[in-house]
Amino acid sequence: MKILVCISHVPDTTSKINFTDNDTQFDTNGVQFVINPNDEFGLTRAMWFKEKQGATVHVANVGDASAEPTLRKALAIGADEAIRVDAPATDGYFVAKQLTKVAQDGGYDLIIAGRESIDYNGGMVPGMMAAMLGANFVNTCINLEVDGSDATAVREIDGGKESVKTSLPLVIGGQKGLVEESDLRIPNMRGIMMARKKPLHVVAADAAEAHAATAAFEKPAPKGAVTMVDPENLDQLIELLHNEAKVI
Amino acid sequence: MSVLVYTESEGGAFKKVALELTSYAKGVANAMGGEVTAVSINGGNAADLGNYGADQVMEINDATLETFNAKNYAAALAQAAKAAGAKTVVVSSSANSKYLAPLLAVELGAAYAPNVVALPESTSPMKVKSTVYTNKAFAINELKTDVTVIGLAKNAYGLHENSAAAAASAFGVELAGDNGVEVTSVDKATDKVTIADAEVVVSGGRGLKGPENWNLIEDLAATLGAATACSKPVSDMGWRPHSEHVGQTGKPVASNLYIAIGISGAIQHLAGINSSKVKVVINTDPEAPFFKAADYGIVGDAFDVVPRLTEKLKQFKANNA
Repeated sequence: MKILVCISHVPDTTSKINFTDNDTQFDTNGVQFVINPNDEFGLTRAMWFKEKQGATVHVANVGDASAEPTLRKALAIGADEAIRVDAPATDGYFVAKQLTKVAQDGGYDLIIAGRESIDYNGGMVPGMMAAMLGANFVNTCINLEVDGSDATAVREIDGGKESVKTSLPLVIGGQKGLVEESDLRIPNMRGIMMARKKPLHVVAADAAEAHAATAAFEKPAPKGAVTMVDPENLDQLIELLHNEAKVI
Repeated sequence: MSVLVYTESEGGAFKKVALELTSYAKGVANAMGGEVTAVSINGGNAADLGNYGADQVMEINDATLETFNAKNYAAALAQAAKAAGAKTVVVSSSANSKYLAPLLAVELGAAYAPNVVALPESTSPMKVKSTVYTNKAFAINELKTDVTVIGLAKNAYGLHENSAAAAASAFGVELAGDNGVEVTSVDKATDKVTIADAEVVVSGGRGLKGPENWNLIEDLAATLGAATACSKPVSDMGWRPHSEHVGQTGKPVASNLYIAIGISGAIQHLAGINSSKVKVVINTDPEAPFFKAADYGIVGDAFDVVPRLTEKLKQFKANNA
């Protein structure tokens, strides 16, 4: 089985979000970038398929050279090869188009992407890839098993989950549950040394027009001060929630 | 020129989000100078949508669509959008709508803007404001395609009544027999409010000391008709299921009222609940960062405050029933 794991290169979850250039660019100053958490759960599941079922695992990213340390980290965790499409990730459609080309060229059976990236939160790349490839698609996937060309998966739905039966070629939008938090791997020294020698292919972008562009960013308006209520005066809280906030 | 809106239903009745979405579609249609066409798949009474501004309702009744399937639902909506000559298709942020929207966008050659929080800033070109960086910021996106798909963020617009004809007509669709993904079982609590639909969410953190104390959270939630949720450490330790984890890598919450009990308020947690309108924080530590993000705060011990609050709310509910 050939697996492609799509890796988004995103600011660490603790990052303070600021913008520059008249609020048109993300301010990378002092920000540490990581593998998108939803993608990391998928990558770790792919490692399981590699170790238990002999799968080959490639990782891919659409971005400039600054994303390479993130791809090297994926190689250090155990991926066999990395592919970077050398183009700015302008919008979800453009990224899906590029990754679809990578997927077609590489002939992958299973494509694992995160449910969404924690920067743009678009949640559209896996679905768009599935549509462009004509592959089966399971979103918000929290469990995945593959047996030959058959697959079973569990999808998180609002208020529960559902089990599905499907087949390869398959695209999933993965998240926590594919593996547990405690299964995530920190690359060891041997992995880091080996990653340096593994292939990282840089390929030119396929011609495609972005469907959307960000004209500007805004930060939320500062919040008003908190109203503290005495724990011995809970009637006051109920009164405030009823008459002031009008939520009960 | 029309705005198409996918109105979700459950058990033959429209969900509340369908009415909110119809209200929103009416706002978009007013800005564009067009009409609202609702698409109902095995749905409820079309007149319900008329109260919120639907001019027409395309009713799709098809056995293939008895249970949700993203591919078939996207195909049905795409056929409806083409037949109606829709310029914009509005969908919700439910798990199902987020599943089908990218498929629909590819089918229509449309730009898809998810997590949109307000009416468009302009409709030609289409410019919409959405949350990014997991609610830590907003982006103004310009959509460059002729047809667009807009995903409205949860609880972002509210219900706006508008009287319209809601002229219903049957719409037939052609679907592939095999959609590639077959649902074999569904595990869904039908007696509990889901985080996605809840107007009130009661959430517990490490301050509750152990899963055996969750009756505090559940009793308060039951009193308010609320969904229960938890912080990341609580789900990581296995006290509560992952499906209750709210925060940056868990579920987003956009309820009217969010009550956080024994949660310190790490930046990742705050990102996930930022879109909630009113936040109440109960914590023993007056320095907990969550108080800075709260509307109302109580410095106190959950084991003392929460049972008393639950009792008082029961009385309040009884008096205001």
